[in-house]
Amino acid sequence: MTRKTITFALMDPPYESENLTTAFRILDAAVRRGHDVNVFAYEGAAALAFVRQAAHPNPVHGKDLATENHPTTKEQVAALLALAADKGCKVDWVNCGMCVDERGVGESVPGTRRGSPGDFHDFCEASDNVLVIPTR
Amino acid sequence: MAKKTLNIVESAYRAVMEEQDDTILWLMAAMQGAGAAHTVVLRGNAVNYAVAGQGAPGLTVGRWKQTQAPRMDRDVLDLVEKRKIPVLVIQEDLAVRGIQKSEVLAEVELIGIESLPALMAEFEIVSHW
Repeated sequence: MTRKTITFALMDPPYESENLTTAFRILDAAVRRGHDVNVFAYEGAAALAFVRQAAHPNPVHGKDLATENHPTTKEQVAALLALAADKGCKVDWVNCGMCVDERGVGESVPGTRRGSPGDFHDFCEASDNVLVIPTR
Repeated sequence: MAKKTLNIVESAYRAVMEEQDDTILWLMAAMQGAGAAHTVVLRGNAVNYAVAGQGAPGLTVGRWKQTQAPRMDRDVLDLVEKRKIPVLVIQEDLAVRGIQKSEVLAEVELIGIESLPALMAEFEIVSHW
């Protein structure tokens, strides 16, 4: 299979939409197949890689911290980067810098980087295809 | 005595995978524990929460795997059986989605849309989610 470069633009913040689950399923599938992936994390999505996210127990459902095993998107981002390293392909995850500053989420998973709309432009120019998953 | 509150839940499957439950049904359960007196009406897409036997595979990203993926029918049953929160479902919203009554949890009550105004009048607070 020919290795492709695919760019994704994400907009939804963590814990507010089902879009991100769809996005991570597609990202995982693309990297598993050895494709290079660019992600432009825009607006609320700039918080996906924020390292201070913390899992919590769910006392309403009677689950302690370990049993609840609550997902954090920072773990999913880190797992995606690790998968790319295993597969020998590239994930270039860019957090929109202004979106990060507005939200105070500047501490990001190592391997992601701060960027700008110019990076998204460069991604689009260099990619075989682009998928925007907008917020609704 | 807590104020009687009718909660009409219409927004559905919004971040349930990330939260591992529906944030509104979770809120109802948590508030009931604090002494609230809730009733829930599922309408619109939320009627699907009452369909028995549903579920989604947990998300997998690389070596990270979700182990506690949500099951909304289980959460509806939890409201009815454990929290004693009545859950009503608008039957017209089931019908337009092609959901048969036989597919719906027996523990919920089906009501017609025309009965909603009178039902609302029985409550001190009506919240539309």
